[in-house]
Amino acid sequence: MKVKIYLYTRFERFWHWAQALLIIFLMLTGFEVHGSCRIFGYAAACRWHNLAGITLLGLSAFAVFWHLTTGQWRHYQPSFYNLRNIVGHYLIGIMRGERHPFHKSQERKLNPLQALSYLFLKVFLLPVQLLSGLLYYYYNDWVSWGVTARLDGVAYLHTAMAFALLLFLVVHVYLTTTGGTLLSYTRSMFTGWEEVED
Amino acid sequence: MSPQSNWCRCTSCHAGYGWKDKKFDFTSQENIDCLVCHDSTGSYRKFPTACGHPAYEDKKFGGKDVKAVDLRRVARNIGPSSRTTCGRCHFYGGGGDGVKHGDLDSSLLKASKALDVHMDIKGLNYSCTICHVTKAHQISGRIYSRPAPNKHQLALPQDDGERLACESCHGLAPHKKEPLLNGHTDKVACQSCHIPFYARGGVFTKMWWDWSTAGKFTDDGQEIVKKDEYGNIVYHSMKGSMGWAREVEPEYYWYNGAMTYFREGDKIPGPHESGRSVALKINALKGDYADPRARIFPFKIMRGKQPYDPENRTLVIPYLFGKKGTGPYWGDYDWGKAAAVGMKEAGLPFSGKIDFIETEMYWPITHMVAPKDKALVCEACHSRNGRLASLRGFYLPGRDRWRGLDGSGWLALGITLMGIVLHAGLRFIGSRRRGGRA
Repeated sequence: MKVKIYLYTRFERFWHWAQALLIIFLMLTGFEVHGSCRIFGYAAACRWHNLAGITLLGLSAFAVFWHLTTGQWRHYQPSFYNLRNIVGHYLIGIMRGERHPFHKSQERKLNPLQALSYLFLKVFLLPVQLLSGLLYYYYNDWVSWGVTARLDGVAYLHTAMAFALLLFLVVHVYLTTTGGTLLSYTRSMFTGWEEVED
Repeated sequence: MSPQSNWCRCTSCHAGYGWKDKKFDFTSQENIDCLVCHDSTGSYRKFPTACGHPAYEDKKFGGKDVKAVDLRRVARNIGPSSRTTCGRCHFYGGGGDGVKHGDLDSSLLKASKALDVHMDIKGLNYSCTICHVTKAHQISGRIYSRPAPNKHQLALPQDDGERLACESCHGLAPHKKEPLLNGHTDKVACQSCHIPFYARGGVFTKMWWDWSTAGKFTDDGQEIVKKDEYGNIVYHSMKGSMGWAREVEPEYYWYNGAMTYFREGDKIPGPHESGRSVALKINALKGDYADPRARIFPFKIMRGKQPYDPENRTLVIPYLFGKKGTGPYWGDYDWGKAAAVGMKEAGLPFSGKIDFIETEMYWPITHMVAPKDKALVCEACHSRNGRLASLRGFYLPGRDRWRGLDGSGWLALGITLMGIVLHAGLRFIGSRRRGGRA
């Protein structure tokens, strides 16, 4: 039997989609500034990239606050329980139509593999990307700040993280199709409700 | 090429009278030609070969009549200097309109806004001295052998009144609508973006001057003068081969305001370490990315071939202009003889041997400032093969990348996408076997 549970609160859904849009926009503008594509024109790409970056930084501040005050951070506590089975499920079980070995609940809405990868995203990829972007943004003030970093080093780090985020995004979007139907996970990220096996 | 031994030709462009040899007295007030700067009739001009004197009687030059200057009329009509008086020398340096400077030529006399925003005759209509402020006949300039004064990166009027810059009026943060651009002013000179092309007024500027081909004549001994479709002389028996261009894209180099000069008697450095010979720099720019005073600056580079002494490894100073039979190149057409006379006059050794060496001279581009909507767009430099493609040693966003990193990134994306396609395919096949259920 299937039941519906409320997993994603209003702020979480807003934060998720706003972050998604910002990251996609930052990738388009960022890769244009990097010289990999031409979409908006360099001046516009540069201007919008900076603005979107600052906006994402602001959004992240709210998200950090939300995680801490609501206790939602607990969902990201690393757990290795059943990890092997979960990896096995995605590699083989899913082809056979087997049930997902993890049981979602309001107490633990992320499976261990999800929790680990989102934790990596939140405490490593995004912070490094936001901070290196911020440093890059203030390049002209390095001298007065006494920063002796090299612009190419900061740029390479920012590029490497961009590629990592791009890979994350691609895999993340693909895995949203692994729910009950192709769009069921996406739908629950809009409504907040998810249908799970009882 | 040097004024030495050619005084009376070269000194027709210097604000003095009678500079006919190296004994010229610079301290004598009587030698100063006031009229060349202060004539307001436009009729005063120095005769090309009269050591700085005008034509006092009707004369001929190059087969053309040159009327005597009406000195009474000129004297009754003195006034402030003007584009016409300054341009008389500065537009025509090197023997013709636009020859030396790429950004100064006679098109500025009636400049449009598109040619120069400051000199637009229907707009600001600045005379040269609005920027080249003059105090007691000391004229402000920009390019000298010394860098910006004191510890400052840029020359501002309060630092040194004799050196002017765009920043003297516009300050260091002139872009109000696009503050991102102000982040460039520490490393990029205003001129680099705001003078997207030089020689924009229709006048061609000389880009190439190969003296080694000079001295050819027709079979019956007549001078050869060849012109291109625009009327530019591309070959002249006296001067050799020449190349011309207009609407020219500048070349960009780091420049801190100082140059070193290759002077008479200086030894020509040997071939490049790689074995490839490189052009001799008549002037060399100082500054690089690490130099906080240096900025990226636009240049016209006059390239050509000049005679040198391969034994002493010095440029030779040929005697060009003078009486036929006394050895001038423009008369006897023998580089050896011309160099012997010129080097003797200069007091320098000469082996008697002549060869030609490729030379480069760097001319800063600072006039012909375009309207702001014609300034360079970001992509002109921030792109893979933009104008700064060859200026290395620093990271330029949009141009530079770590190929290994980008390659690995795109490869990883490709592998991931292939993995997804494979995974999705297997899922699809699995669900078909189960009768369409996920």
